[in-house]
Amino acid sequence: MITDQLPILILAVPLLTSFAITIFARKSPILAFSLLLAAIGTSFACSVGVLRQLLETGATIHYHVGNWQPPYGIELVIDHLNAMVLVIVSGAALLTAVYSRHTVPAEVPDRFPGEKIPERATNYYTLYALLITGLLGIVATGDAFNLYVLLEISALSSYALLSLGRGRAYFATFKYLIMGTIGACFYLLGVGYLYIKTGSLNMADLKGLLASSILLDSQTVKIAFILIIVGIWIKMAFFPLHGWLPNAYTFASDTTSCLVAPLMTKVSVYMMIRLMFSVFSVHYIFEVLGFQDMVVWLAAAAILFGSVSALGQTNMKRMLTYIIVAEVGYMVGGTWLGNSNGLTGATYHILSDAMMTLCLFMAVGAVIYKTGDSSRESMRGIFRKMPVTAVVFLIGAFAMIGIPPTCGFFSKWYLVSGALEAGHWGFAAALLISSLINAIIFFRIIEIGYFPDFDAPAAASGDHGHGAAVMAEVPLTMLLPMVLTALSLIAIGVYSNEIITGLVSRTIPAGLL
Amino acid sequence: MAEIITDIISKYNYWAFLILLLMGLHAMISKNNLVKKVLGMSIFQSAIILFYVSIGEKKGATIPILAHGHGTEQVHQTAAQMVAGFVNPLPHVLMLTAIVVGVSTLGVALALIQKIYRVHGTIEEDEILENIKE
Amino acid sequence: MKLVSLVVTLLLGALLLMATADFPDWGDPQSPASLHVSDYYIENSMEQTSVPNFVTSILADYRGYDTMFETTVIFCAGLTVLTLLRRNHRRQKKVVMSRPKRENQDLILTSAARMIAPMMQIFALYVVAHGHHSPGGGFQGGVILGASFILLALAYDLRTILDRLKERRALIMCGIGVAIYAGIGAGCLLLGGNFLDYGVWGKVLGVSPVEARSHGMLGVEIGVAITVMYIMFSLYADLSSGGEMDEGL
Repeated sequence: MITDQLPILILAVPLLTSFAITIFARKSPILAFSLLLAAIGTSFACSVGVLRQLLETGATIHYHVGNWQPPYGIELVIDHLNAMVLVIVSGAALLTAVYSRHTVPAEVPDRFPGEKIPERATNYYTLYALLITGLLGIVATGDAFNLYVLLEISALSSYALLSLGRGRAYFATFKYLIMGTIGACFYLLGVGYLYIKTGSLNMADLKGLLASSILLDSQTVKIAFILIIVGIWIKMAFFPLHGWLPNAYTFASDTTSCLVAPLMTKVSVYMMIRLMFSVFSVHYIFEVLGFQDMVVWLAAAAILFGSVSALGQTNMKRMLTYIIVAEVGYMVGGTWLGNSNGLTGATYHILSDAMMTLCLFMAVGAVIYKTGDSSRESMRGIFRKMPVTAVVFLIGAFAMIGIPPTCGFFSKWYLVSGALEAGHWGFAAALLISSLINAIIFFRIIEIGYFPDFDAPAAASGDHGHGAAVMAEVPLTMLLPMVLTALSLIAIGVYSNEIITGLVSRTIPAGLL
Repeated sequence: MAEIITDIISKYNYWAFLILLLMGLHAMISKNNLVKKVLGMSIFQSAIILFYVSIGEKKGATIPILAHGHGTEQVHQTAAQMVAGFVNPLPHVLMLTAIVVGVSTLGVALALIQKIYRVHGTIEEDEILENIKE
Repeated sequence: MKLVSLVVTLLLGALLLMATADFPDWGDPQSPASLHVSDYYIENSMEQTSVPNFVTSILADYRGYDTMFETTVIFCAGLTVLTLLRRNHRRQKKVVMSRPKRENQDLILTSAARMIAPMMQIFALYVVAHGHHSPGGGFQGGVILGASFILLALAYDLRTILDRLKERRALIMCGIGVAIYAGIGAGCLLLGGNFLDYGVWGKVLGVSPVEARSHGMLGVEIGVAITVMYIMFSLYADLSSGGEMDEGL
């Protein structure tokens, strides 16, 4: 039955397509692009199908690869949390793929004058497909070691994609490579410690074995947990391990930023939630270990650091990367608060933040595509020059600040109420301060976007009418995904109640108040 | 006290991997030259591989291959004898994967270093940072 | 920076040391790691997959999904290095045509390499094929095959070998290698089983499902060997020549 095989098709189709692009589409970037689009479209359709199946039956889907019973074989486990993140990842990838139709030929090949770089666009699309396979695999798997392998696939392809940027991209990617390897190896070491004590690698099996009282007291398991969590924190750029993120994402090409920025950190947050609650348990983390207060304070520090750093940036992309650091703080803090409101907020925020980040990066990418300038000055007069892009940016900005009815408001609502419930005034204060700072940042940009002469440098008074009348919108393949993303921000916000009661609330583990 | 010492001495293999791990990590973070960082990464990953492989060791056991598997003289053993007679195969399999991943990352890191050299003219981190600031 | 790194490293060391107190003794056959899942593999590998080498049966069958992604990792790395480094200088075409072969190709080196390389390749093919019964398998055989080409490239020079093994074809062959692996898995889907469930190939090949598993494993190992061989050589060619493919080491 084809519906039984849907979980594996989500992964297998992009994987096989990446090989097909390599073998067949070397001469023709158009063919490569079409194959990619078809593959990700299929993957998205399968994820939606799986989500629907799950919502109808309500039972977790288990898929045994190779037809071996777990824990002897590897299985894919899809429950409500997975299914939601699968749809997010494949959906965002599809939108960015459509968006990339015009930006990839502009950014990727022929960067060195006098040299022809062979087949760069085809390689780009192959790496794109491999990255998506890796991310989808991380989300779908039910085996701890398999997660490591897929983590490395997504990491390697992201190093490749990020290094295809401008001159400083190589050094930034190198630092990311070093830090990313440390993170992945810590995770591997943690899994090794769990293996030496339990003998199993399957997540469900580990949960059963770790609940026994001998292992609850064991030092090894504690340290395994710390290693795993620190490894994942490095991968998600949680303060103070965030050093690699701003440079790596700023110097990458714009399409790569649109692909990588919304997805990689959110998938790492998913990994953290999955390992915390489906391998270890609520009781273990919040009662036996008991350092959640420290983590929430660290998350508050991350939020403040990210927001304040974003305030001082003039480069648009760099500003957005610091906002990502703050958003990661939201999600980690929400998860570690220890109550269901906090976790609901964090899980809903995975969805809303992925869309918000995608929306903003696409809008900024469109502006850079047209003007070639990535500083804040390029946003001057944007409402007249590129109205659709400007409105998309506006909606994204509102979502980031947290203005209803966009989705950002609802996730902040749940996070703040979770924080107040847990008595964490510091975290709640950090959330509100960051909303304020986001408002300052974005309204500054919207001001110069709407009133081009506001705060203009004195020397520019000579060419007043110069840029104002030129209406140069980006091509349709770039506009369409942007508009869809902006609309989804509003839709996710308006239907937030349905999403939370129907989907997110089913992901909260029992035992959280 | 004597217990702790005996404990420590009987687990000397775990100490060995720990020392390698720390050396690799220190090299990765503190060295200035990019190639030395990458070598540190390699040492770090090798330490983890050693740790995993040492998990699977059993005293007096042989390699995890059934001798004369398809031959006519099958040695009949009980299940427990078999399990105790062969080294645990699972860590070996996991580490095959880890070695391959390590080599791949090494290749990509070296390619990046070559590109950095082309762009910045140096592979010392402090000189690159100066170069960037200008 | 060095001080910070030293402090962090020592802290980590202390943390990990605390963990070793709890570990089972080295070589303990009763440790949880040896008893929980591994005994199933040791006891049942021969009758369920007809392969006496437990490592190969776990690698290619029980946990074959992992191995597929591992091969993809190698492929991705080779592709990355190619994309990063490879470039064609416009003036290179003329240079290639008129350059003579290197004068100082050592007679001893080239003769020795010419004699050793075929032996290496035959041994590598043996390692791949006999991976079910002795230590070996796709990765190991592929690396030896790749090493034979690198040996020739070192003894002669890179251009000579690239004449026989063009790097564009190398990338396509790598893709074909991994596609063989994923294709065998997808074929299982088409035949009605789960992904990478080699037993269903028995219907097509006309053997029992257990035998079909053994053959399926051989097939994927061949795919892996092809990929690893071409990637090893392609990595060497790209890294040693800085992407310009004219002079090796």
